[in-house]
Amino acid sequence: MSTTLNDTATVLSAQGMVMRFGGITATNNVTLNIRKGARHALIGPNGAGKTTLINLLTGVLTPTEGRITLEGQDITRLAPNQRVRRGMVRTFQINQLFDSLTPLQTLALVVSQHHGLGLKWWQALGRNRQVAERCEQLLAQFHLTEVMNQQTRVLAYGKRRLLEIAIALACEPRVLLLDEPVAGVPAGEREELLQTVAALPADVSILLIEHDMDLVFSFANFMTVLVNGTLLTEGTPEQIAGDPQVKAVYLGHGEEATHG
Amino acid sequence: MSAQSSLLNSSRFKAWEPVLWLLAFAAPALSPSHALIINEIAIVALFAVSLDLILGYTGIVSLGHAAFFGLGGYVAALFAKLVMPDPLVGLAVGMLAATLLGALASFTVMRGSDLTRLMVTLGVGLILLELANKLDWLTGGADGLQGVVMGPLLGRFEFDLTGQTAAYYSLTVLLLLFLLLRRVVHSPFGATLMAIRDNRLRAMAIGIPVNARLAASYTLAAAVAGAAGALMTQTTGFASLDLFEFHRSADVMLILVIGGTGWLYGGVAGAIVFKLMQDAISSITPQYWTFWIGLFLVVLVLVGRERLLRPWTWFKRPSGGGKA
Repeated sequence: MSTTLNDTATVLSAQGMVMRFGGITATNNVTLNIRKGARHALIGPNGAGKTTLINLLTGVLTPTEGRITLEGQDITRLAPNQRVRRGMVRTFQINQLFDSLTPLQTLALVVSQHHGLGLKWWQALGRNRQVAERCEQLLAQFHLTEVMNQQTRVLAYGKRRLLEIAIALACEPRVLLLDEPVAGVPAGEREELLQTVAALPADVSILLIEHDMDLVFSFANFMTVLVNGTLLTEGTPEQIAGDPQVKAVYLGHGEEATHG
Repeated sequence: MSAQSSLLNSSRFKAWEPVLWLLAFAAPALSPSHALIINEIAIVALFAVSLDLILGYTGIVSLGHAAFFGLGGYVAALFAKLVMPDPLVGLAVGMLAATLLGALASFTVMRGSDLTRLMVTLGVGLILLELANKLDWLTGGADGLQGVVMGPLLGRFEFDLTGQTAAYYSLTVLLLLFLLLRRVVHSPFGATLMAIRDNRLRAMAIGIPVNARLAASYTLAAAVAGAAGALMTQTTGFASLDLFEFHRSADVMLILVIGGTGWLYGGVAGAIVFKLMQDAISSITPQYWTFWIGLFLVVLVLVGRERLLRPWTWFKRPSGGGKA
């Protein structure tokens, strides 16, 4: 399995990432390579620097040192919205939705923006046939069809969580960063979400940040362990589960670590 | 219902919309003695609708929107006085000036919290007011710009004392710009503005160039506010510092609060209510009418517009009670 992974090209590469806030080093010389089509999990205890790393990758923060390339092109200094246009999209740990719009309007606007219609002021939203069809597809894929005309702010939490991911997928990412996709989802709505995440298109490379070890081990085919801002180890789920170092600093301490 | 028809449904014209506009256009003919106030309402409505674009749809709070109203007004008046008296050309020139100022000032509203924006827009408004005051060789300073004589509209319709021409002129410009903005807010572009209003962080994370959109929205709103200002000076034949005064920015905000934001028609409804109230109350108590406007505002905000319009709900419990 690992040989086939090694053979596939790297889509996203972060080399020697360093991020200092004043005297504190939040990320210390971390190198991360996401391969094409990967299901790559980034794990680590609280305060390991996972969020900082995500912010560096998406352009919310500019690294003190290091270089990020997306499909071979240097994107280290690009603004967040420019990185989205190049195909790197994220979801948020805490839902970031457009509360006064409906799921349908939300997706229509995201798809329109993605299709380069974001400046089209003379045509009604959804007039474009392709945009409308893509919305229908996404609504069905994310089980949002029956709530498509309700205001987002009144949706159930599980549906909001699905919309959170649907928005990202509407941008047709080549690299998708999922930040704790099942965080806070009640048990009854969990299965729907897990299935949807598992069914994400295979050609989209995914970096998953997650505390839920069940999800991590069922989803990922490669894992990176981050501790105190440094990279502890990398490997397949089997390697990570059997790694005594990981057990000591992370899995050993309990948390939700029930698997492995 | 399919996704497309659902989406297009919200931008479709409602049956009451043409009725409202027909009534508006019939009003000056049906009641010629009210032509002047109809003219004023149309102008204020246009001004309020322009604020709604940035406040209601884009989420930019402004206490200095009069800067664009005033600039459009002064430029149109000066153009009539110094260059040529044609109202339509003057209107275009006034709008152009306000557009340029809007594009320039849009850099001041890209960052910061609501409070910063309130202060920055207020500041820009005050700067413009003082400039108009100081440049008295051009603007007439505190005395205002006198002797603005407008040519006939389209070379045929003279601006008369009854205000008929003025009312139809303002109503027509209001309608055209309203339809333009209506189209804009229902477009993909308008949706990206609402996305920025609702969640700037996510708007950025789906690839919307937030600052460029804020600038576009602010500039467009400035252009429309400039048109309103130009209509004001053109139909009154007079430009004074009052155009730039703080109370104008505050009044237009108040009008939107009365009519409701993020709806476009809120500006129109608010302008009608506000102007008619002002007219009615100030004829009873000329000096103290703001007392009643203030009281109305407090009641409106505390009770809520929805409930105020539905008196039968006043003594019911808030929703969700069900059977006890």
